Amino acid sequence: MGHYLSITDAQKQQMLHAIGLNAPEDLYAAVPAALLHNAALEIPDGMSELETLRTMEALAAKNTVYPTVFRGAGAYRHYIPAIVSAVTAKETFVTAYTPYQAEISQGILQSIYEYQTMICTLTGMDVSNASVYDGASAAAEACAMCRDRKRTKALLSAAAHPDVIEVVRTYCWAANTELQLIPVKDGLTDLDALENMLDDTTACVYLPQPNYFGLIEDAPTAARLAHSAGAKLIMGVNPIAAAVLKTPAECGADIAVGEGQPLGLPLSFGGPYLGFMAATSAMMRKLPGRIVGETTDADGNRAFVLTLQAREQHIRREKASSNICSNQALCAMTAAVYMAAMGPGGLREAAVQCLSKAHYMAARISAVPGFALRYKGEFFHEFVTECPLDREGVLSALSEKGILGGLPLPDGGLLWCATEMNTKAEIDVLEDVLREVCAK
Amino acid sequence: MDTPKNLKYAKTHEWVEFLDDSSARIGLTDYAQKKLGKLVFVNLPLVGDELSLGQPLGDVESVKAVSDVISPLEGNVAEINEALLDAPGLINDDPYGAWLVKADDITNNDDLLSAEEYDAFCESEE
Amino acid sequence: MKLLFEKSVSGRGSAYLPQCDVPVVTLSAGFTRETDLALPQLSENDLSRHYSALEKRAYGVNDGFYPLGSCTMKYNPKINEKIAALGGFTDIHPLQPAQSVQGCIDVLSTAEKLLCEIAGMDAMTFQPAAGAHGELTGMLLIKKYHELRGEGKKRTKVIVPDSSHGTNPATAVMCGMTVVSIPSGSDGCVDMTLLREALGEDTAGLMLTNPNTLGIFDKNILEITTLVHEAGGLTYYDGANLNAIMGIVRPGDMGFDCVHLNLHKTFSTPHGGGGPGSGAVGCKAFLASYLPKPQITVEDGAYTFDSDCPESIGKVKAFYGNFLVVVRALAYILSLGSSGIPDAALHAVLSANYFKKRLSEKYTMAYEGLCMHEFVMTLEREAKENKVTAMDIAKALLDKGIHPPTMYFPLIVHEALMAEPTETESKETLDEAAGIFLAVYDAAMKDPEAAHLSPRLTAIGRPDEVAAARTPRLRWTPEQP
Repeated sequence: MGHYLSITDAQKQQMLHAIGLNAPEDLYAAVPAALLHNAALEIPDGMSELETLRTMEALAAKNTVYPTVFRGAGAYRHYIPAIVSAVTAKETFVTAYTPYQAEISQGILQSIYEYQTMICTLTGMDVSNASVYDGASAAAEACAMCRDRKRTKALLSAAAHPDVIEVVRTYCWAANTELQLIPVKDGLTDLDALENMLDDTTACVYLPQPNYFGLIEDAPTAARLAHSAGAKLIMGVNPIAAAVLKTPAECGADIAVGEGQPLGLPLSFGGPYLGFMAATSAMMRKLPGRIVGETTDADGNRAFVLTLQAREQHIRREKASSNICSNQALCAMTAAVYMAAMGPGGLREAAVQCLSKAHYMAARISAVPGFALRYKGEFFHEFVTECPLDREGVLSALSEKGILGGLPLPDGGLLWCATEMNTKAEIDVLEDVLREVCAK
Repeated sequence: MDTPKNLKYAKTHEWVEFLDDSSARIGLTDYAQKKLGKLVFVNLPLVGDELSLGQPLGDVESVKAVSDVISPLEGNVAEINEALLDAPGLINDDPYGAWLVKADDITNNDDLLSAEEYDAFCESEE
Repeated sequence: MKLLFEKSVSGRGSAYLPQCDVPVVTLSAGFTRETDLALPQLSENDLSRHYSALEKRAYGVNDGFYPLGSCTMKYNPKINEKIAALGGFTDIHPLQPAQSVQGCIDVLSTAEKLLCEIAGMDAMTFQPAAGAHGELTGMLLIKKYHELRGEGKKRTKVIVPDSSHGTNPATAVMCGMTVVSIPSGSDGCVDMTLLREALGEDTAGLMLTNPNTLGIFDKNILEITTLVHEAGGLTYYDGANLNAIMGIVRPGDMGFDCVHLNLHKTFSTPHGGGGPGSGAVGCKAFLASYLPKPQITVEDGAYTFDSDCPESIGKVKAFYGNFLVVVRALAYILSLGSSGIPDAALHAVLSANYFKKRLSEKYTMAYEGLCMHEFVMTLEREAKENKVTAMDIAKALLDKGIHPPTMYFPLIVHEALMAEPTETESKETLDEAAGIFLAVYDAAMKDPEAAHLSPRLTAIGRPDEVAAARTPRLRWTPEQP
């Protein structure tokens, strides 16, 4: 029933006549009769807008929105200033295509250029692309950037996010290249093991920062080890943590990638998210995806344009290093508005509050018998605790109070997260509920 | 531009300047640079790489296209013209001066055309 | 126009967060950032105005006719935006327990069923974030299939017509395969003789879109897919052009084993200036166990995600895909329903043929006769004889406030302009646009010099792309003059 057509039946007849056809079916004359799907599609009849809205609202109502979230593990609930959605809802930005016609797309191209600049300052790197699908595929693309004829092996920390590991593994299998996992010791990437694994076939080392367990890695040592063996270092960084942690550039990384969701994108059940990729200028031409550059027009006006396109698939075709075509433009704009709204002070404040509240929470939880902190290393806003009881029972009890508790890990622990969205009061309630559950 | 008489040419529009029996410089002809348009980047092989007759030794990029540079002989890459990495436009400005690679240990360099033969070939392509 | 960084003044900002209500913790010195975080500092007022100014220097489907071939710039329904903004979708953490996300999984499962019916497939994943990402996923299904049959090392060639999207051969290479590009016949379709020659024991598969990038439906499609299957290969459908045939012809019925769909093209989700999209991948039952994990199952009458998928290719993205994009596509499909879907396709083909007919008064078409949802014009003769190129026409159109068609694609047509009006344009818009296209042609032929100088009325003139590529400036730095 719903449709978005303007052509009336009368106009349809006029148009058919102008083309020289009699009936609408004639438009498909080139299709062999056997291929025409003559039956009606076995999908429901169309609906009015109101019915569609009610149907989708009913689906949304079947999901639980937790008032209190203490779970991260790759998707983080942060405060999103209202200006962010006000900007990204602007119709022209929402409904534009990729800015191939630079003359009428300066607004979009400039916003990407600004985004690229912000990612560079966040990570300390020299050049950024216009974004890729997410942090996990960014990690996989980064590994591909480091390959050459002799070096194709990727060493990936086993302390990376399980989805990052799985995606990189899939991309390496796709390209017929080897992937090895660097073992974990006390929650951190085992750099001694890494040293023994590096050889002259190693293309890259991937180190998460912070890692999956929330711990902060010794990135400069990893960089030194990788470089001594002739390999590159890729760091996968949390963009909020980047405001207070040593930048990938300071650590000696060649490429910095990460999941940009914390920069103003809602949880969204996993997507759309944002993969950022930044690199040293030496690696600039290896970056996949779109890149916006600055130039001038014939009158000397500042002009932004998609550049270095000869890297990309629509030109290189089978010689392209990646098939990636689109970026996540509106998500990149979201991140840019967020970073500009928060500014350096705001982003640092968000990071400091994440760090502080997580430490407050870790102290409160680990004070409850049986919920000891598992690892000793310094952490950012996530940490693992043990759990003395059946975890499903604990999490249900929390759920009843509207709390999404820590993520149960395969080996029995719970991975907790605190952000600037969590209040001291919420954390105190958490401790009370945990004590209550233990008392039963 | 006149086609220099002292060079040899391939049908894939590379020129060869023999320095002696077993070493030569390779570049792109004026015909090639005109067809390619303004070049923005050159992907050169590494020193020590093998050159195989008829196989790509690298490529050149314009804004909207990529074209392989085909090796007109067999040999090894002795030197690459690093200046082109920062200034690929030199190929457009001075195609017969802007060499891409210097090859040595050359074998099999038959089928190269003289300047006249190359000019005739280009005419037939039009 | 100034950049945010050029408007930045130290000390400006807004107060978005309350004071920290717990003791402040600092990192040890060895972990602490030392480099300045040089993000711009603006008041919210100035920030808001900045983006409003940027919006005025952009152009979307909401602003006007956008006949970009191969992109399907159809109207993006507003109700979909409202639905995708519901808190019950946006505020859901991807790692919540299954019983708390039944609505989300239902969205994915329902979208799967509806799109499988439309595409003629048996199973679907929404993990890929874009068309190219979907291609990678689909080709990996094919790679897995051959590997499990012990033919992974043997079957490494992917056949692709020379009219294909550039992503097709690039994808094949990402899958460790090599590309066999077969020239199209003089009718723009797959050359059957060359196809037969290319097929063999080393064939992994064929990647094809139908209708093809010339807007032509290849009538030999059943024979093509049969030949590939007989040679032991599988067939992959690039769904970029599905808008011509959705609900009328199904890729599954054409003999394709797996497909990708561009939800941001065919299914009305907005392009966002270049993403986010969604490249859903559907497949026949025999490939379903290879789909990325986790896969949706039903346990005790409730939806859940199963990560124990031993034959899965793995993952191509974290979590489940661009969920909010799938939400929009689902709303669209539910709105249009069983008759609205084929009706949209029919009107897309009607509009394209009508527009083509009008433009044929002056423009040379690459192929005569009926087209599907898009068609290709060529300025080859005009370029040779009058020095008027496809680029000139496109840039002159910008001065008339119209977004030009796709330029210089497909590569097999010289000086190509590919137009796809879509079904959501009114006849008045098509007539007006046709008039402008014809006027622009006449003006350019009369005064090619003026055409070379266009656009003159846009925010900037033609940018110097050579300088941009030769001397890349990819970020703002304070030292820049």
